[in-house]
Amino acid sequence: MNRPSSSLNPMDNRKRRIDELAASSAGPRRGRTDPASGSVLVVDDAGTVDESPGVSLIASAWRRLRRDPVFLVGAGITIVFIVFAIISPWLAPHDPAAGLLLDKVRTQSNPIPGPQPGFPLGADDKGRDFLSRLMVGSQQTLIVGVLATVIGLIGGLVLGILAGAFGGGIDAFVMRVVDVLLSIPSLLLALSIAALASQPSQWTVIIAIAVVQIPVFARLLRGSMLAQRSSDHVLAARALGVKPSAVVFRHMVPNSLGPVIVQATLVLATSIIDAAALSFLGLGNPNDDAPEWGQMLGRSQTYIYDYPHLAIYPALCIILVALGFTLMGESLREALDPKSRR
Amino acid sequence: MIGVVFALSLLLFFWLRSLPGGVVSALLGERATSASRAALTEAFGLDQPVYVQYLKFLQRASKGEFGVSTGVLPGQDAFHIFLVRLPATIELSICAMVIAIIFAIPLGYLAAKRHGSTFDNGTIVLSLIGVAVPVFFLAFLLKYWFAVQTHTFPVSGRQDAALGCTRTTGFFVLDGLLTREFDCSADALRHLVLPSIALATIPFAVIFRICRASVLEVLDEDYVRTAEAKGLTIQVIRARHVMRNALLPVITTIGLQTGGLLAGAVLTETVFNFGGLGSTLFQAFTNRDYAVLQVLILAAAAIYVIVNLLVDISYAVIDPRVRTR
Repeated sequence: MNRPSSSLNPMDNRKRRIDELAASSAGPRRGRTDPASGSVLVVDDAGTVDESPGVSLIASAWRRLRRDPVFLVGAGITIVFIVFAIISPWLAPHDPAAGLLLDKVRTQSNPIPGPQPGFPLGADDKGRDFLSRLMVGSQQTLIVGVLATVIGLIGGLVLGILAGAFGGGIDAFVMRVVDVLLSIPSLLLALSIAALASQPSQWTVIIAIAVVQIPVFARLLRGSMLAQRSSDHVLAARALGVKPSAVVFRHMVPNSLGPVIVQATLVLATSIIDAAALSFLGLGNPNDDAPEWGQMLGRSQTYIYDYPHLAIYPALCIILVALGFTLMGESLREALDPKSRR
Repeated sequence: MIGVVFALSLLLFFWLRSLPGGVVSALLGERATSASRAALTEAFGLDQPVYVQYLKFLQRASKGEFGVSTGVLPGQDAFHIFLVRLPATIELSICAMVIAIIFAIPLGYLAAKRHGSTFDNGTIVLSLIGVAVPVFFLAFLLKYWFAVQTHTFPVSGRQDAALGCTRTTGFFVLDGLLTREFDCSADALRHLVLPSIALATIPFAVIFRICRASVLEVLDEDYVRTAEAKGLTIQVIRARHVMRNALLPVITTIGLQTGGLLAGAVLTETVFNFGGLGSTLFQAFTNRDYAVLQVLILAAAAIYVIVNLLVDISYAVIDPRVRTR
């Protein structure tokens, strides 16, 4: 019964299903979560059934993730990006805010200084070293992505826990608010919030993107918490006289976090992209001393037909990083989904 | 459902009134005298308490009056602007969704059928890249390569003004067919190609992934195995047993994506200067045109609600279990 983790053709697929049918008629079907104890019957590669209940969802997910090329690529990109973002100020050859090539900028004939010794990618319209700005830009990009996600996550957690824990009227009210927020396309919502601020800044961008994520997180959390309200482990905890707050925070919330964490990795990617879109629409951070990729991409539009490289480099960075987070999030989602466990 | 739109109108009203700058400054500029400011503020009824303004707004909205535009096309009725710009966005959205659906569903089915193959992994990575590319950047790339560099497609706009086409419905492709000016339709279609591709990427990626996951799940079901065991042809199994069941979540996704298209339209329409609701919305924001903003955002929410309703109805058509309930 030693089979590859994925079947390559329909014939294999059919064989596998027949194998499974045979296995399920002989004994308990493998990979099924026992709803009462949460224990899992695991089949290892040798085909022996390990009936010890010790393998948690996370452990079995990790076991599959370790060998999943999609996850490894995604996690690789993410780790390299984070490490790079932290050390980039020391790696960058020049100060990203200093107009070192300002004397080479000709407003009429040549607004963008080209590559020259010491400046492999040239400079931007203010004579600042483009390579250094790209490198240091990773830092602000990471900050925007992480802060927007964390704020959105916290807001969503508060609303979701309120709705999921209390149910009834509070749930109905919170969910109405969430529905209203969800009925506005996300970018429009971000646009309206960013427009609220009289003076756009890095923070207005972060908050605008974060607020858009709140309803999504709230819905996810509330959904999985409601599903647990009547489940056996919550019932058991109640029957044992566990305090309601402890039931919520120690029994329900931790069990609902899986999809929320997956969503958070995906949101990291979208918030970096949304920051770029806001910048493109003129609602980004006007102060570009501390460069950010989305801002660089958004602002490059003035020169895009004559100097497309100003847009292409930051765009490629954004695409690569967003892809990394998305690959990681998607494979995490698949790994944590009990249905896809085999 | 209607409650959502109503609640949104309330939220929106107070929210727009709290936007900094405001219509008076936008119209008169920073140097206006306080006397002219006061006159204009009174003329718009902005000196009254916000709740009075809201009640008046509701009263007028129930009669179909949404106020007069102050920024986008000053002096024009906001609802009229909405109606004039709507066909462009509908044309664009339909094209984008058609492109997304005709690629996403067959590819999703094939990817699920060949689960784990190179084709499967390749299409997944492609769809993930589709999500990772900022829409406006993709729009710019398409414009740069296919319009500016190679002149395969027009750079911007909805139709070549030199053709002098007759306008009847506002849907330029339809207009050409109705008036038998087929070159007009063809030209309008050529203008639609690049913006719809840019707008279609995200719906494509999302629909593709949902379709793949859903088909994958259905393929594992007992009734598919039974159908196979009965010796039914692959076409019958695919159409009646796999796709009919797998399409339910796909339709929900199509609905949700259609409701969200306006967000992408803001970006693509701005890049291609398309003159639909998306670019109007952006202009309204930059000019603080309350009347137009209110109409547009309420319309976006109403579209979302209607699309959801259509999704529910289509469930009943596809899924007999829903009908009998």
